Amino acid sequence: MSEPVKTIVTPVHLLYDWTATSAQAEFLDAIQEGRLLGERCPECHNVYCPPSGSCARCGVETAERLDVADKGTVVTFCIVRVPSQNIDVKLPYCAANIMLDGSNMPFIGLLQEVEAEAVHVGMRVEAVWAPKSEWGPTFENIRYFRPSGEPSIPVESLGDWV
Amino acid sequence: MPDAARLYTTDHVVEYAYKRSLGPVLSRFFTALRDGQILGSRTAEGRVLVPPMEHDPATGDSLGPDDMVEVGPGGQVATWAWVSQPREKHPLDRPFAFALVELDGATTGFLHAVDAGEETRMRTGMRVKARWRTEREGEIHDIECFEPEDAA
Repeated sequence: MSEPVKTIVTPVHLLYDWTATSAQAEFLDAIQEGRLLGERCPECHNVYCPPSGSCARCGVETAERLDVADKGTVVTFCIVRVPSQNIDVKLPYCAANIMLDGSNMPFIGLLQEVEAEAVHVGMRVEAVWAPKSEWGPTFENIRYFRPSGEPSIPVESLGDWV
Repeated sequence: MPDAARLYTTDHVVEYAYKRSLGPVLSRFFTALRDGQILGSRTAEGRVLVPPMEHDPATGDSLGPDDMVEVGPGGQVATWAWVSQPREKHPLDRPFAFALVELDGATTGFLHAVDAGEETRMRTGMRVKARWRTEREGEIHDIECFEPEDAA
């Protein structure tokens, strides 16, 4: 007699035809050239990257565009110890919310070249880009982030984000 | 508004493969499917729920693996919707009906596909029976679909 069935896999599969909004398309144009495009809110002056075309806080259009840095500061992070389908990264790894220099909204990124246990809030990190010949209109131009070697930022100075 | 940049479109797939622990009642249900049997839960009031449940939704009373009875494999269509253009993950690659099938001995509708070929063959109250897969693994697709009982 074979073993009783104790688990089943219930797959969820949703296929979307995705079309970029104009703000997203501007971001994709920029990242294709190795730049991270942001937007500034005319009311609260916060800078968001990637741009959405409006400020979620003030509800106003955000027409002003500016580049933000490809380095920043870890403001929160999560150490992932559970494998997932379609994610081919050695465990454990760290996914971090990174406040890019010049922006006011964290940007989610994979951290590599660092032990997951060594990641901390305030850690300075920088983007590692794919070779320029492989760049396209995609986030995948940034392979991952890694520690930049700069001194960590004191947690108190990170304001509301920690 | 800034000038619109070029138009970017792409496929975007959201996919999760949830692994679900079944517990004693559904474990017995799926094990029975692997053996080519459909089981339901018999409540104290004599209703038979398919798929089986761990609680009677009418009274809240516990229902366990010992309260299960075999139903089907035939039944009748309680309600149905024709799918004229099946999508990639649908159970059949040709037009079919999603139907609630009241299996013989059950008092609830069991959602599955009916391979009727043509929409004109579908009728509320029509008799259908389970078509089993040859290789079964203990999952809902062990029943490939239902088919009209009068199928050639």
